[in-house]
Amino acid sequence: MDPSNSRHTNADPVLAQAAEWLDEGRRIALATVTRTWGSAPRRAGSHMVIAASGDFAGSVSGGCIEGAVIQTALEVIESGAPRTLEFGVTNEMAWEVGLACGGRVHLFVEPVV
Amino acid sequence: MNGRVLRELVAAQESGRDVVLATRLGDGAQELIEAGRGSDGLGVDGGVLADVLRVGESRTVETGDGPVFLRPYIRAPRLVVVGAVHIAQALVPMAALAGFRVTVLDPREGFATGDRFPEAVLVKDWPDRARAGLAPDGRTAVVALTHDPKIDDPALIAALESDAFYVGALGSRKTQGARRERLGETGFSAEVLDRIHGPIGLPIGARTPEEIAVAVLAEVIGALRL
Repeated sequence: MDPSNSRHTNADPVLAQAAEWLDEGRRIALATVTRTWGSAPRRAGSHMVIAASGDFAGSVSGGCIEGAVIQTALEVIESGAPRTLEFGVTNEMAWEVGLACGGRVHLFVEPVV
Repeated sequence: MNGRVLRELVAAQESGRDVVLATRLGDGAQELIEAGRGSDGLGVDGGVLADVLRVGESRTVETGDGPVFLRPYIRAPRLVVVGAVHIAQALVPMAALAGFRVTVLDPREGFATGDRFPEAVLVKDWPDRARAGLAPDGRTAVVALTHDPKIDDPALIAALESDAFYVGALGSRKTQGARRERLGETGFSAEVLDRIHGPIGLPIGARTPEEIAVAVLAEVIGALRL
């Protein structure tokens, strides 16, 4: 899908990408921000679509948690069961995934079948 | 999510229908609800649905069967640019990138062309004649950029008689004063004329057409969000 063309439609480009991948027979999951606190960079309702190949479109943070969300999405594609995720503030000294910006987010990750 | 729900959701957006996707977070059960309709399956209150659609913000609500996430999908805000001029050539792609549906209006031959404005719906007509088709609503911003009262004034009159969330006009303070006088003579009160942002744009010292476009778009976004 050419992103410049997608702007001519009113559809959310991430959902349009999800529908296109589904039509191509790819296995996908959809991650959605359901709640934010503090300075989380993406609003509730923001989407990211992840294919079983690891390809993804859209974002659910400023790039801090996308890697962990992709990992969960791959598990959700395999299991077929939706999951909720929570991320909080990162401790810079710890090797954990979180939001360095100090925000907190909840996500819902679901298979699309 | 069922693939059928995803396709219905994309189709609703493409045809400009406002909908809410309700998702029960416990088990992923979903319902796609058209604006004006009630929730059949997930038991979401009709007043809450109407509120989510009006504000355009997602929300999680409690129901007897656990929390339900409500995600409204509403039409993108619209920007009507009157005057297919140099500033418009910078403003239109920026506004499209920021998610606005953009219409460019200019009755003059050679101005509102697809080559110059590939992102926009083009209207080659006078604002008063195109008015019914433009129909600004509460999610429409109108900016007048021609410097020509023959084109700008009828566009501003149409905007002031609508619910447009933003009305702006290019021109110096002196130009704004003269315009205010002209429009006042057509019967607009001072209070209504105060809706016109002019000089247009946030005061960031913009000099070039591109910088002015940034200032205008920032002011429009502020009117939408703040």
